[in-house]
Amino acid sequence: MKPVWRTLDELAGDPAFLDRLHNEFPSEVEAITDPVARRTFLKLMGASMALAGVTACTRQPAEKIVPFVRQPEDLVPGKPMFYSTAMTLGGVATGLLVESHEGRPTKIEGNTLHPGSLGASDVFAQAAVLGLYDPDRSQTLTNVGEIRPWSAFLGTIRAALTAQQPLQGAGLRILTESVSSPTLAAQIRDLLVRFPAARWHQWDPAGRANTRAGARLAFGEYVEVQYRFDRADVILSLDADFLASGPGALRYARDFSARRRPENADRMNRLYALESMPAATGAKADHRLPIRPSEVAAVARAIAAAAGVRAAAGAAAASPAHQKWIAAVAKDLLAHRGSSLVVAGDDLPAPVHALAHAINEALGNVGRTVVYTAPVEAEPVDQIQSLRDLTAEMAAGKVDTLLIVGGNPVYTAPADIALAAALGQVPLRVHLSLYDDETSALCHWQIPEAHFLEAWSDARGYDGTVSIVQPLIAPLYNGRSAHELLAALSDRPERSGYDILREFWSRGGVQAASDPARLKAATNAAVRPAAPAAGASRSTAVSSPAAAPPITPAFESTWRRWLHDGVMPGTALAAKSVSVRAAALEPGPAPSGGGLEIVFRNDPAVLDGRFANNGWLQELPKPITRLTWDNAVIVSPATAARLRLGTDPAASGGEHGQVVSAVVELRYRGRTVRGTVFPVPGHPDECATVHLGYGRSRAGQLGTGAGFNAGAIRTSDAMGFGSGLELVATGDSYSLACTQYHHLMEGRGMIRAVTRDEFVRDPKLVHEGFEAPPRTLTMYPDVKYEGYKWGMAIDVNSCIGCNACVVGCQAENNIPVIGKDQVLRGREMHWIRVDSYYRGPADNPETYFQPVPCMQCENAPCEVVCPVGATAHSDEGLNDMVYNRCVGTRYCSNNCPYKVRRFNFLLYQDWNTPSFKLQRNPDVSVRSRGVMEKCTYCVQRINAVKIDTEKQDRRATDGEIKTACQQVCPADAIVFGDLNDPDSRVAKLQAEVRNYALLAELNTRPRTTYLAAVRNVNPELES
Amino acid sequence: MSQIFHRSANTIARVSIFGAVFVIAGLLGLSDEINRSPWVTQARVAREQPIQFSHERHVAGNGLDCRYCHTSVEDSSFAGIPPTKTCMNCHSQIFSASPYLEPVRESFRSDRAIQWTRVHDLPDFVYFNHSIHVNKGVGCTTCHGQVDRMPLMWQEKSLQMEWCLDCHRNPERYVRPRSAVFSVDYAPPANQLELGAKLVADYHIQRLTSCSTCHR
Repeated sequence: MKPVWRTLDELAGDPAFLDRLHNEFPSEVEAITDPVARRTFLKLMGASMALAGVTACTRQPAEKIVPFVRQPEDLVPGKPMFYSTAMTLGGVATGLLVESHEGRPTKIEGNTLHPGSLGASDVFAQAAVLGLYDPDRSQTLTNVGEIRPWSAFLGTIRAALTAQQPLQGAGLRILTESVSSPTLAAQIRDLLVRFPAARWHQWDPAGRANTRAGARLAFGEYVEVQYRFDRADVILSLDADFLASGPGALRYARDFSARRRPENADRMNRLYALESMPAATGAKADHRLPIRPSEVAAVARAIAAAAGVRAAAGAAAASPAHQKWIAAVAKDLLAHRGSSLVVAGDDLPAPVHALAHAINEALGNVGRTVVYTAPVEAEPVDQIQSLRDLTAEMAAGKVDTLLIVGGNPVYTAPADIALAAALGQVPLRVHLSLYDDETSALCHWQIPEAHFLEAWSDARGYDGTVSIVQPLIAPLYNGRSAHELLAALSDRPERSGYDILREFWSRGGVQAASDPARLKAATNAAVRPAAPAAGASRSTAVSSPAAAPPITPAFESTWRRWLHDGVMPGTALAAKSVSVRAAALEPGPAPSGGGLEIVFRNDPAVLDGRFANNGWLQELPKPITRLTWDNAVIVSPATAARLRLGTDPAASGGEHGQVVSAVVELRYRGRTVRGTVFPVPGHPDECATVHLGYGRSRAGQLGTGAGFNAGAIRTSDAMGFGSGLELVATGDSYSLACTQYHHLMEGRGMIRAVTRDEFVRDPKLVHEGFEAPPRTLTMYPDVKYEGYKWGMAIDVNSCIGCNACVVGCQAENNIPVIGKDQVLRGREMHWIRVDSYYRGPADNPETYFQPVPCMQCENAPCEVVCPVGATAHSDEGLNDMVYNRCVGTRYCSNNCPYKVRRFNFLLYQDWNTPSFKLQRNPDVSVRSRGVMEKCTYCVQRINAVKIDTEKQDRRATDGEIKTACQQVCPADAIVFGDLNDPDSRVAKLQAEVRNYALLAELNTRPRTTYLAAVRNVNPELES
Repeated sequence: MSQIFHRSANTIARVSIFGAVFVIAGLLGLSDEINRSPWVTQARVAREQPIQFSHERHVAGNGLDCRYCHTSVEDSSFAGIPPTKTCMNCHSQIFSASPYLEPVRESFRSDRAIQWTRVHDLPDFVYFNHSIHVNKGVGCTTCHGQVDRMPLMWQEKSLQMEWCLDCHRNPERYVRPRSAVFSVDYAPPANQLELGAKLVADYHIQRLTSCSTCHR
């Protein structure tokens, strides 16, 4: 097998780098070898030893028990409750199930009944609970910095509306993000009925402008595209990261990975990916072609021509380097008519989307692997144009009152749309948002927004399924929802979100929900039964009791069912038949060359900047790059070498997490910004990717000042990519915190991968060259595990490296955030990490992801070296960690070959911020300074289920206990269970031929094992 | 050159070295004794409460079942402290004007909770679950003592880990039939070990001494 590598330096075999590998704690190496520093060290150690015992001499303070005065009926103290709700991103909802302890939401899971989740969730959903308790959230309603009551705002806005009445609302503008909430859409339309001259604008940087525009170009109308990966045998991704981003990604990842099991070799799908910035989808691809985004159109056109799209024939030929690839892909696609699938990426321009639609149509995939429906969004528009129009009107002084409902447009707007300047022309500006951010700073009124865990709402999933967004907790800071803000503009300004929602759904929303056309018609009529002429009947409507909704018992039970299930049955949008217009396939102007190409992407962790103040997401090693706390100018190793820019991981004195890299000035279309270069294997040459969402100036304690603002050079005519970039070295350098350099394993066989054909021929090939010692080779007596014997199997072949498990684990196990400075020292605390490995040449390597939690070794090297018995084996084979016994020698960590133990070098937990106390899982100890910690297989979950089943006098069934990482996994890559039960999924997986243990040669007998990766390569492309 | 030390220094040195062993052992023994003493464990020390609630009156006097107030003891880790409403179920009728109960009525009127002082306070790194113990035949009084004879509540046992482990290692010495779990009058029979062994088998009681049973 070809050698596997992790970093470019490792591949190059740089001796300085290899030398560095041998230092467990490189930052302290000097202190140990320098005699003076050593003496100081010993003195301090002696003093610490002498005082160590004294710290234990505290008596527990007296505690209070505060019972309810009147206890709610269903609430049992000590037992968590679960409520269904939904989180919206880019207008599309994912169904969630939220755990609540005595009224505090602590952990978010996916809703198994929701088609867009199937029980899985993504990093954003996992981290949302931290966002709820963020102490930097906007906490008071302010008017130009003065704290004001809600009534003061009501007075102002009512006066403004009264002034607008004679003008029919000509000076009234509302700017929202993408809206899929039927109720909110109805409220806005209702407002537009009363103020016909008012306008509703939308701008959502997390939305899918190109996908929307592409469908309109191809079909002449907005339609939603859904993919059926469960039916697709051959998939071509045109720079689309469908596995890890965008609506439906969780579902797509589940469907995709279910078709990747080499045990069903005949059913195994094949994925071709054209990709610019390396991402999950390219990593999972059987054949990946690094390509600049501007070249995708030519390749897509060539494939379309080969696939029989007549309008695309005779197009300009793609580059000769790609010809072989194109021919092979086209052949494979044609061989799988009706079961192939072409997916175009959200950042590619509309004509490429039209081409993808045309190829799918020509291949007969429509209705099979591609389904078109009516749009999920209530009112799809060209959002860039919408923002441009709004800015122009504002600049012209035509806008008197502007309501910005959510979002942070001042920060996210393209650089050539002078929104910030135009805002100054608006006499009354109102911003509803979670944070007092860049936009709030330019608005008169800042209204704290209720987090989605605090407010009632509704939203549609990727397939149109409606979910009710149900609050878990009363607003912490008296926040208002968008519904309540819109209600302030209506006849009944003080209605609660709950009443608004119930009124909407009880009045015909139920029947209409499944049919968007009827819904649209119904909402105008339903919410305002007798729409009076604008401004005529405000007082009558307020006083009229007839406006109260008729809540029938039948509705009540339906409503309760919706809340319980988290979905409204039958509201998924029906398939729609559309056909591609030939005119849509006209070749566009050839991309203008010159300079490097620049690619703009939403950041995989902080997205468009909306999660910039979320510590879990900031510290999350981003997929592929494994950077934390920063964005970077990502280039290929060859381009970095050509420009003589690059990183020097050894320059920093050898610290694990620190990559010192050159700072460059990006000059692009007359605008400049400074960023740090970071070469990434597999990135196309002569091209640089920058991630948005950084360089915020008013994000909060964590987000402000992190990274650089790539949005400052993005223009509205080239949102996804553009050419003419110049990278100018500045001579400065900057430290990036990159965890790819942590915990190196010195080139041992961590990843095993074969091709499908090899696997079919000889499944045992995955074990070639690896040997596990015989079971008898140990000094310790063999332990027989009666009862349960916990184990875990992780399928490397399924893992898409999305990191959801990392954040899920962090939320479940009270894992602290340590900050960039500590990550630079290699001290990050994640109990599960996702290692990425490369194989092959640096310009286009194969990429593998491997989640590594504690292996729960049966012959655990950590246990025998602990001087105080703080880590010990349980009867069920868990490698228990007893925090209260740990004295912090770190011997266990030294002796752990997998480097999965984490040490609290400092007091990382925030013990002071009151809101964070609400977030913590009460079932897991909050660790203090000087304590080692690690994955426990979520022993709190094991014990909870064991207690429940013991009370019923039965054994836990397979799948009843799910670890946090398993539960969130969209690809179903992690399976936990009882190895003593031969019918359990984990026992079956561990019995498979592909199963291997990490570092089995050390005879640690890990309980966590891996299933080797199998790539379904096309023999024609195998060189 | 004359000797610096007198000959007796030898004896003094021997005695003090030998004596030091006893002094150190004595100090260790003393610290151990202190650590187990009620001064540290707070065992059998009655706590002051905002309302001088008497378990003796309510349990022995009125015959209330433990579960009338501690409702979640069979379902949850936490046995439950009754909400003010539970007090008012009776005390809106009985002693409804007693000045002694004014804090209860005040709580009910103002909707502000009564703040009780915790008596049984395990360290925060210990995860104890009432429901499983009750379901496996550990009686209330086994750990909490004769609550029906406590005018003010105190903690009967040390709640130290050795005390937990004593039962976790030898459950047969302490378990009783499920039917008698909530009985305050239950006295272990003479053949406890025999009955205990049978119950351990019948109730599938495990000797759980893994760290993660209680520490997570």
